[in-house]
Amino acid sequence: MSKALSIIKPGQLVTVASIQDSALKPKLMEMGLIAGKEIRVLFRAPFGDPIAIDVHGYVLSLRLDEAGLIQVTESIGSEVFA
Amino acid sequence: MKIALLGNPNTGKSSVFNMLTGLRQQVGNFPGVTVDKKFGVFSLANEEHTLIDFPGTYSIYPRSKDEQVVYDVLKNEEHPDFPDLAIVVADESNLERNLFLFTQVYDLQIPVILVLNMADLAKKNGKSINIPALEIAFPGAKIVETTARVGLGKDRLIQDIQSISKEKHTDRFYTSAKICSLDDSKGQEIEATERYTLINDVLIRVQTTSTTKTEASSNKLDRILVHPIFGYIIFGAILMIIFQFIFAFAAYPMDFIDGIFADFSAWLSQELPAGLFSDLISQGIVPGIGGVLVFIPQIALLFFFIALLEESGYLARVVFIMDRIMRPLGLNGKSVVPLLSSVACAIPGVMATRTISDWKERMITILVAPLMSCSARIPVYTLLIALVIPKQTVLGFLNLQGLVLFGLYTLGLVAALLIAAMLKLLIKTREKGFLLLELPSYKSPRWGNVGITVWEKVRVFVWDAGKVILAISIILWALATFGPGDRMEKAALKAENHAKELKLSNEDSERFVASAKLENSYIGIMGKGIEPVIKPLGYDWKIGISLITSFAAREVFVGSLATIYAVQEDGGENKRLIDRMRSEKRFDGTPVYTLASGASLMVFYVFAMQCMATLAVVKRETKSWKWPLIQMTFMGTLAYLGAFITYLILS
Repeated sequence: MSKALSIIKPGQLVTVASIQDSALKPKLMEMGLIAGKEIRVLFRAPFGDPIAIDVHGYVLSLRLDEAGLIQVTESIGSEVFA
Repeated sequence: MKIALLGNPNTGKSSVFNMLTGLRQQVGNFPGVTVDKKFGVFSLANEEHTLIDFPGTYSIYPRSKDEQVVYDVLKNEEHPDFPDLAIVVADESNLERNLFLFTQVYDLQIPVILVLNMADLAKKNGKSINIPALEIAFPGAKIVETTARVGLGKDRLIQDIQSISKEKHTDRFYTSAKICSLDDSKGQEIEATERYTLINDVLIRVQTTSTTKTEASSNKLDRILVHPIFGYIIFGAILMIIFQFIFAFAAYPMDFIDGIFADFSAWLSQELPAGLFSDLISQGIVPGIGGVLVFIPQIALLFFFIALLEESGYLARVVFIMDRIMRPLGLNGKSVVPLLSSVACAIPGVMATRTISDWKERMITILVAPLMSCSARIPVYTLLIALVIPKQTVLGFLNLQGLVLFGLYTLGLVAALLIAAMLKLLIKTREKGFLLLELPSYKSPRWGNVGITVWEKVRVFVWDAGKVILAISIILWALATFGPGDRMEKAALKAENHAKELKLSNEDSERFVASAKLENSYIGIMGKGIEPVIKPLGYDWKIGISLITSFAAREVFVGSLATIYAVQEDGGENKRLIDRMRSEKRFDGTPVYTLASGASLMVFYVFAMQCMATLAVVKRETKSWKWPLIQMTFMGTLAYLGAFITYLILS
């Protein structure tokens, strides 16, 4: 079952399932967010928005609006990162 | 040979650029667009090469104004900047995403060198690349490993530049590659998926990762620097330090420059043979140049700090923690730097908005940036505060004059934010704003890169602002020197006789005559012309003249008043000007400068768009006269109403 990336808690490891069709979709994909990719939510800015995620070794920040375009599934064996 | 330097942001592209070209860098324009073209020349074995530094991008498909130029140049072989060779700089510690752009360029079949930069960081992260294996995957390219920050790998890169075949290669990495059109987002999405699949196939073969540690040490620092409380405290403290430098410490070199130009101008008017041309030089051109150069210390210091914060990776965190606060105002986390820069000068501030990829947020940032009190307002503020605000302390320890100065800055900031929120409702756009920003790992800054950035910014300021300010100072000089018919001569003669009757000293009568001449010059007539309009604000025609002249640059206000009141400013000391202004009376015997009229003038200067150079830069950046005109209108309205209300309340 997939959820929007915007509601994932910091520390969780998730896998990109799909990206909603939008003007930003190609840009997000070029940044490495393609289906099947494992990403980890790292931390949130004060006020909870934007968020920072780890995309295979680099840190990308995006607003909740953008994160809401990304559907993710929780990875098997995902644990909260201390 | 024309060489294009391409790469993702934060890959050390500018370190590679500096490593190859040193200080032989220039800034020009790409034909047809306003994006600065940074290029440098270097020669190898008696052959000159031009290295063009393209804006950092993640893909050849542009998502911001800055990035557009990469697509424009690379897809068009007829383009004057189309390269003979491309150097793509990639961050070795994050190869997957970096290879995306590289493979796009590779598939254009231009001769290409892949620079695997930040090799040291990759090693630290436990990643190593089998370069011969990577070369097999890209037979048409040369691959070289560097750590450009410390100059490692330069020789090998130079060898490759010299030895690479200048013919197009015939290989393709992604065999069905073609350049998609910009509106073909489906095609770009398919390309992204397939390219990443291919890239990962290659990386499995060539990259070994010795540790499982993917999240770097940055994370620990981020716990403090983006902390809901400490994050803002630290940012606030850094701002305080920067402003301390800009305002307190920059004053010494600024006074020094000011003094030199004042002396030089005085020396010239003595030494040069009397005549119109000499006057133009000593009263128009030299003070005009001085008026530009005096801001160099502040601009250099400001950009020194901004470059330092950017190089270290901290600036991206500022954008990160400020974005949510700026957004309801129609701004972007990235608006922080332009607004901050505008405190020194709106010109570099407006230019710094280019990194904002959203059109609406960028436009709003440009429109409100000049409301931030820039350093050209300081001389005006200090003169008026000294004139009408009493020297006393409030609450036992706060200096009232300092408090008023602080209030003026706050007024500008609050106005900028409120106007931004209004513009957010007024400017219509179909696209939604977005923020996709890489938070680079923290690095200790390279002083060479910082120094070069400061040098570039100062040079752009001197040229861009300098041209306009100089031109306008010459025009203003002419308007103040000439008058219709023989009106000025008659007035001068009358004043001379009057001075004789009053038995004034030589010096005093000269000033008396100068003042009478100015009153009858074109600019004096203009000042009298606008008197009915500015009367409700508490100003007379003499202030009117200064308002007109300070359109060149705000600080001209003080100099104009000095001329009008026919006093000499000695060495930046406004003492005598201030005394003269204090005793200035209206016809009914009341003083011209009261708390009401002085405060009204200050408020006017907070809001008014009294800067031709900024208007010119806004025109350049928005590519039309529409936006600078809108800006001048709303700022002018705000200034007039603000000053009117202030005068009404205080008088």
